[in-house]
Amino acid sequence: MGEVIVITSGKGGVGKTTTTANLGTGFALLGKKVVLIDADIGLRNLDVVMGLENRIVYDLVDVTDGNCRLKQALIRDKRYDTLYLLPAAQTRDKTAVSPDQMKQLCHDLAEDFDYVLIDCPAGIEQGFKNAIAGADKAVIVTTPEVSAVRDADRIIGLLESEGKEGPKLIINRIRPQMVKKGDMMDIEDIIEILAVDLLGIIPEDEYIVISTNRGEPAVANPVSMAGAAYKNIVRRLMGENVPLMNFDSQDGFIDKVKKMFGFGG
Amino acid sequence: MLDLLQKMFGKETIGSKDIAKERLRLVLVHDRINVSPQFMESLKDDMIKVISNYMDINEQEMEVNLTTSKSTVALVANIPVNRMKRGCTLED
Repeated sequence: MGEVIVITSGKGGVGKTTTTANLGTGFALLGKKVVLIDADIGLRNLDVVMGLENRIVYDLVDVTDGNCRLKQALIRDKRYDTLYLLPAAQTRDKTAVSPDQMKQLCHDLAEDFDYVLIDCPAGIEQGFKNAIAGADKAVIVTTPEVSAVRDADRIIGLLESEGKEGPKLIINRIRPQMVKKGDMMDIEDIIEILAVDLLGIIPEDEYIVISTNRGEPAVANPVSMAGAAYKNIVRRLMGENVPLMNFDSQDGFIDKVKKMFGFGG
Repeated sequence: MLDLLQKMFGKETIGSKDIAKERLRLVLVHDRINVSPQFMESLKDDMIKVISNYMDINEQEMEVNLTTSKSTVALVANIPVNRMKRGCTLED
């Protein structure tokens, strides 16, 4: 049986979909068989971030409604043999699926895949409940902002009340220069406030915008800092002990060379 | 502009992250207090169970509430006692 991991945050726009796409691609780069589920019914986006929007025939609701078989709705990413996407329905709403149906779906997929990653919609309503229903583990994405950390705290509480213990935190879009100046909360501040385990940190990186424009997750790019950070997170999720990225060495020539050869971060 | 003024008057400017942290701390104190009615009921039931070992209390008049002031949270209980239980005072 594979592992089912939900990527959630409460607040919108903190990088759930980008994180799901990058972690999924990262697992595939290491040869793991992985499927990404876009649980944001009515506002699907994981397909465009992955660059697979033109290949959708069936979607998640078609599967749960019985309009097609599960295998028919899975889109295989041609760039990576072991990477699949189950897109969300665009013309339905969150109530089209129930938590029990999601549980069944995750269970079925976990039989075939090493990792099942669920991109959770923003908010705490039914879409959230559906997305977490079948998950073994939860990854919470936040940014170093008051609003995002507050929502993350709420999500941690809700996950606990649903019996999902020990969520792990990703702090996204850190700007080392601002942290240095004391104008952005640092990792310790956020961990202290939320009292959860840290899974990883992602620096603000222009390459994320470029890669989203192209539909090619940054994790596959050898010079993207954020991509390297996602690679580290993937390895941690696989049980490896990988030290946190050191942002201070950001501009050193040696580090750039190292990164080019895949040793950085 | 404020920063500039503060600098002109020789005030140390503190990084805005400390402001963020303090605001977050306060807002979470209040957020985390929004417990469900079931939570309060089950707390009340457990309190009744424990206190009843020592005294007879008026369960109908009993009040248990979480109150918040600006930076602290307190559990305030008002429990009318009908009578003390005799056995308890003798036990040790």
